[in-house]
Amino acid sequence: MKKMNGINKTTKNNLITYGIVIVAFVIMQTLISTGSVSSLIEGIMVPICIYVIMAVSLNLVVGILGELSLGHAGFMCVGAFSSAFFSKCMKDVITVDGLRFFLAMLIGIAVAAVFGILIGIPVLRLKGDYLAIVTLAFGEIIKNLVNVLFIGKDSNGFHFSLKDVMALDMEPDGTVIVNGPQGITGTPQDSTFLIGFIMIMISLFVILNLINSRDGRAIMAIRDNRIAAESIGINITKYKLMAFTVSAALAGSAGVLYAHNLSALTANTDNFGYNQSIMILVFVVLGGMGSIRGSVIAATVLTLLPELLRGMQDYRMLIYAIVLIVMMLFNWAPKAIEWRERHLRFGRKQKEAVK
Amino acid sequence: MEMSFISYLINGLSLGSVYAIIALGYTMVYGIAKMLNFAHGDVIMIGAYMALIAMSQAGLSPVIAVLIAIVVCTVLGVVIERVAYKPLRNAASSLSVLITAIGVSYLLQNIALLVFGSNAQTFPSVIKWTGITLAGGQISISGVTIVTIVVCLVIMAVLVTFVQKTKPGQAMRAVSEDKGAAQLMGINVNGTIALTFAIGSALAAVAGVLYCSAYPSVTPYTGAMPGIKAFVAAVFGGIGSIPGAFIGGLLLGVIEIFGRVYSSQLADALVFAVLIVVLLVKPTGLLGKKIQEKV
Amino acid sequence: MALLEVKNLGISFGGLRAVNAFDISIEKQELYGLIGPNGAGKTTVFNLLTGVYKPDSGKVLLDGTDITGKKTIDISKAGIARTFQNIRLFKDLTVLDNVKAGLHNKHHYSTVSGILRLPAYRKVEKEMDERAMELLKVFNLDEVAHVKASNLPYGQQRRLEIARALATEPKLLLLDEPAAGMNPNETGELMDMIRFVRDEFHMTILLIEHDMKLVSGICERLTVLNFGEVLSHGATSDVLNDPRVITAYLGE
Repeated sequence: MKKMNGINKTTKNNLITYGIVIVAFVIMQTLISTGSVSSLIEGIMVPICIYVIMAVSLNLVVGILGELSLGHAGFMCVGAFSSAFFSKCMKDVITVDGLRFFLAMLIGIAVAAVFGILIGIPVLRLKGDYLAIVTLAFGEIIKNLVNVLFIGKDSNGFHFSLKDVMALDMEPDGTVIVNGPQGITGTPQDSTFLIGFIMIMISLFVILNLINSRDGRAIMAIRDNRIAAESIGINITKYKLMAFTVSAALAGSAGVLYAHNLSALTANTDNFGYNQSIMILVFVVLGGMGSIRGSVIAATVLTLLPELLRGMQDYRMLIYAIVLIVMMLFNWAPKAIEWRERHLRFGRKQKEAVK
Repeated sequence: MEMSFISYLINGLSLGSVYAIIALGYTMVYGIAKMLNFAHGDVIMIGAYMALIAMSQAGLSPVIAVLIAIVVCTVLGVVIERVAYKPLRNAASSLSVLITAIGVSYLLQNIALLVFGSNAQTFPSVIKWTGITLAGGQISISGVTIVTIVVCLVIMAVLVTFVQKTKPGQAMRAVSEDKGAAQLMGINVNGTIALTFAIGSALAAVAGVLYCSAYPSVTPYTGAMPGIKAFVAAVFGGIGSIPGAFIGGLLLGVIEIFGRVYSSQLADALVFAVLIVVLLVKPTGLLGKKIQEKV
Repeated sequence: MALLEVKNLGISFGGLRAVNAFDISIEKQELYGLIGPNGAGKTTVFNLLTGVYKPDSGKVLLDGTDITGKKTIDISKAGIARTFQNIRLFKDLTVLDNVKAGLHNKHHYSTVSGILRLPAYRKVEKEMDERAMELLKVFNLDEVAHVKASNLPYGQQRRLEIARALATEPKLLLLDEPAAGMNPNETGELMDMIRFVRDEFHMTILLIEHDMKLVSGICERLTVLNFGEVLSHGATSDVLNDPRVITAYLGE
């Protein structure tokens, strides 16, 4: 009987998470279609979807696997550029927008997953601070390389260069597809709120079900005690890599949404650099490490709030920084824990029940 | 070609000297508090702004300006340690300290953003000397470059002597070896860690002034990249090792300057690639030592 | 043939010979004790047997199979499970999930089945739940199956660690100071439990322990380790009366 309760509790928790997302989508979609919200708010719907996917996927690495990745935006970058490249090349070949975007999505996810594996294999041998700084390094390398990447196409096929457009050495009929720091322009704007919503649901489905499976248990066992996990025969490398790759693939899908939401795609510090990675980390930490629902809510609220309270824009990052520090001190400082246990016994029990 | 090679090399050593000074702060803090002080780079930026205000708004002499920057950063470093890091020293999650440090980094950047604005402000060089020319005018070395290299060498020498010969220096070594044992031997562990942050932050102020004298502008984000690169230098040389930070810094500076000849984007990528290769091939760096996990 | 046959096992750390010429032979279903003063190298022997350290000399045969120098995960699959001196539970997982993690290599379904919740997922998870609850019942932990492991009292944490180790269905169970930090009452219960595990699961058990009451009460044979070398071995009462052992413990 008890066991059944346990299973139901997780399922119920997951259903609440799905429910929140569905209800939020339905409300916003209704408001948009009745013209009750400003175009500014309407325009921020796809970015919110992107940030939610980024936050839940990063939470898989930070909260569930227990390793700090500071290069998450790099995978978003890979997904964005590979899919935008595909869409731009195929713009006139595949004229059905939906099909083209579907394929672009698959490509973005697949390429990001491949990068996840390639980067994960070396990186996951490290841990703690070193792992964090190396993921940051990989993220920056991706961003920097994209900025010096030139790809053009002419009647002879594709031309590549890391120098400039001239070095592509194309025939007069050639067109530049990826133009170094100018990135990719003219990507079809296929991203919609509906597709963003669907991608959130898919991400949640994958992550929540993964967590509550044999594989997820292995991943969390590694997080809680690597040596003990090894002693009961759990393959550390395999499961670390699994979490990292799934996370990268989902970040790739967020990148695809991002690329197809703008007419011009460039890579800079704010969208694909470590600033972005840290921003996503803020969402994860504030939503609660390991709490997928918390990530959804934090990403949504923290993206929406500064838009609603324009005056807050200037103080936004300042407030995030302070909240981040205070939350860490409150949650982890031994003295704070002691204090909480003495004064908030009720609160603590309640928290356990939710978990 | 050879002449430009020599001037690139000298510029590289100069940039590397700045990295080395910053890396010393990282490596000492990491060696003793076992934490990656992500905010270290932003202390550099605060130091640069302090010197800038002292010089351009208060009209003080460069020497006084540098001293003010050093004092402010030293206090700032100690306060950060006391308020944000010390409470987490025995925390169960090692991620918590790193995330707090990231928070502090963002806090400093955003305070600077509100106070000084996002526009780059011109930084008047603290070094008025124009420098020297060699080989019949084919190579010119700026005063900043020479001073930076000399300052770095002096700091290195003083620091090594300090750690080897003085009582507080020996306390630092003891704490970095074994905090518990040091405490039992009557060493003031909290004081020693605070002192380490103070020294590291004072060095950051010096680095900030020198860096902004060489690349004469300052923004709230000025410290971030040099900070991260200096961490790369510290890891390269072997985290916890003072000579390692020095060698790592110089090598990294030279690598970056030669990389920039081709492209500045690629130069940054190259610096990060160095980090990845070092950590994967020899995680202890050039001069670091190995620590084994106890089961 | 003995279940565990160790010959001439040794390892050095930076010039220090931590374990030297260590021999041991444990029969099936035997309850065997490994004792010795602090720093004698007992836990190092466990770490050598479970692949945490690679021995630089010697041979380890488990049920006739050579497992010398294999990786921890392969040794787990070969059939050695252990507990740790300083308890190592999956603290944020429930008690049930701790044991289910131990069942990891005994019950399989693919990642895709897990994510898509295919019938294989439901079937295998149900089996795992049942098996885990059985084990928890043996250790009187079924009542707290859904409590977070870190919230258990100390004695229950020690028991949970044994339950998790047994979940891997080992041939040999290594217990590293199972009674550490327990009061005499709890130690008494633990002794009954260890005996019960041996009888019920037909388990072979090698344990490190300082509590002489526990050692003399349940171990059939002992090996005494001192300065990394075997000082004495044989039937428990003989070993405990060996003057060399007494000297080693009392010091000279």
